[in-house]
Amino acid sequence: MSRTTQWEVVIGLETHAQLQTKSKIFSGSSIAFGAEPNVQASAVDIALPGVLPVLNREAVVCAIKFGLAVGAKITPRSVFARKNYFYPDLPKGYQISQFEIPVVLGGGLAIRVGAGETATEKFVNLTRAHLEEDAGKSLHEDFHGRTGIDLNRAGTPLLEIVTEPEMRSSAEAVAYAKALHALVQWIGICDGNMQEGSFRCDANVSVRRPGEPLGTRREIKNLNSFRFMQQAIDFEVQWQINEIEEGRAIQQATVLFDPDTGETRSMRTKEDAHDYRYFPDPDLLPLEIRADWIAEVKSGLPELPQAMKARFETDYGLSSYDAETLTTTRAASKFFEDTVAATGKDSAKLCANWVTGELAAHLNKTDMPIEASPVSAAQIAGIIRRIADNTISNKIARDVFEALWAGDGTDADAVIEANGWKQITDTDAIEALVDEVLAANQKSVEEYRAGKEKAFNALVGQAMKATRGKANPQQVTDLLKKKLGG
Amino acid sequence: MSLNLEDVARIARLARIELSAAERETTRDQLNDILGFIEQLQAVDTTGIEPMAHAVDVVQRLRPDVVTETDRRADFQAVAPETEAGLYLVPRVVE
Repeated sequence: MSRTTQWEVVIGLETHAQLQTKSKIFSGSSIAFGAEPNVQASAVDIALPGVLPVLNREAVVCAIKFGLAVGAKITPRSVFARKNYFYPDLPKGYQISQFEIPVVLGGGLAIRVGAGETATEKFVNLTRAHLEEDAGKSLHEDFHGRTGIDLNRAGTPLLEIVTEPEMRSSAEAVAYAKALHALVQWIGICDGNMQEGSFRCDANVSVRRPGEPLGTRREIKNLNSFRFMQQAIDFEVQWQINEIEEGRAIQQATVLFDPDTGETRSMRTKEDAHDYRYFPDPDLLPLEIRADWIAEVKSGLPELPQAMKARFETDYGLSSYDAETLTTTRAASKFFEDTVAATGKDSAKLCANWVTGELAAHLNKTDMPIEASPVSAAQIAGIIRRIADNTISNKIARDVFEALWAGDGTDADAVIEANGWKQITDTDAIEALVDEVLAANQKSVEEYRAGKEKAFNALVGQAMKATRGKANPQQVTDLLKKKLGG
Repeated sequence: MSLNLEDVARIARLARIELSAAERETTRDQLNDILGFIEQLQAVDTTGIEPMAHAVDVVQRLRPDVVTETDRRADFQAVAPETEAGLYLVPRVVE
């Protein structure tokens, strides 16, 4: 590590978010995932002569939503450009993208790097975001020494989101990617499915001595998991440092990460790097976005995670950590607020504990999203109400939760009733019980009187056992103390 | 600005166009003529005029997000040189 510390790492990310539309960006073909090859590829998508692209309004709405969510400038007039290159899965010989005047300019994202007490906040500035079409897919398995082309994906709407080269470690890059991933899902423009390629990142990585100009960068393509992103950047950084320290210059290149070896390897070097010869696409007119359209989209935008987090802290008195956890997804925030709505604001902290604690643990264990939780917000609220009014202890509450999770019973009250789990708060009843326990455990009583503190805990345990956990532990402790002291 | 034979070869390579030595010379001359016209255009004072991205001063029409296309794979593939399992086959490309 001592060698690495003399180097500053510079990372910029380019993310392709597939937009949640029904049809393609320039044609009326479906973009549903998993169809038979080429059945969702129209004359426009496969670039038959004489066809013309027509822009999908919803793709533009998605771009406006994103621009608003990151506080960017929405360009009143943006321009589509042709990015020229040859590859069989790009039937036109060019990709329709945006170059000089993208639809979204600037903006940024607040991120949290690390976890818990040591976490740090950082703001990552965005350069731009632009609309473009996806290419098709090349299948390199052996078709008699030929490559198979599936053009279903060709023309799928993408928003490419580009950051400034401001991240200084793989941890920051991953934190940014996660925050962006959460945001695009939050505002409903991308499903975030990384396995299906709906959210893919390219990382531009370089190293330099602090204070020096930017080093030559290499671009790691198509990182489709946060873990791979971390591994790929860490490997790449170490590789570049070694090269420079051994006197070799870095060549600008595009590299791929191989998850099997954990290494990055060069795809193409600058020598034959693409010269895309961008120019405005004569088939498409400038995209005009007027202020009233932006205002209309803005009015339909959900409360953003940052604002909601702040509201949770002030309105419900939650810790920054709890507020952060509960605003990771819209589903989680809704579940929490539904729970609070049913219990009342006074129990908000308890609701947060249950949603981020017991519920989250069960969901994690079964790898289930909160939307699919077998225990509803209303059911958890039912449990919390019975904790708040002392009907059950925390320990019994967990048993009630287990029962509801397993589908035994419709609500907390029914489960408590069916199992006879009502906490005994009647002082006379507990006193009688404590007397019984003292009488039956003379040995422990004597040991306690002889100064053995441990014996007291044994007596509490005996009393709780006698009530099968239904007695209020504090009451039992107080009573025992009183009786033994007297 | 004018192009030399090397520039022409490079542009031809990027466009995947094969040019003979003679064609390269004609193409160079033609492209340089075009660049000459552009130089004339660039001599015009455009101060204060907003650049246009398109020759007509109209904005993009947008279509509603509706699936209107049906599967026409069989028609399209009937005229493709080679297909298999629903895929178009092309000479092997390896990155």
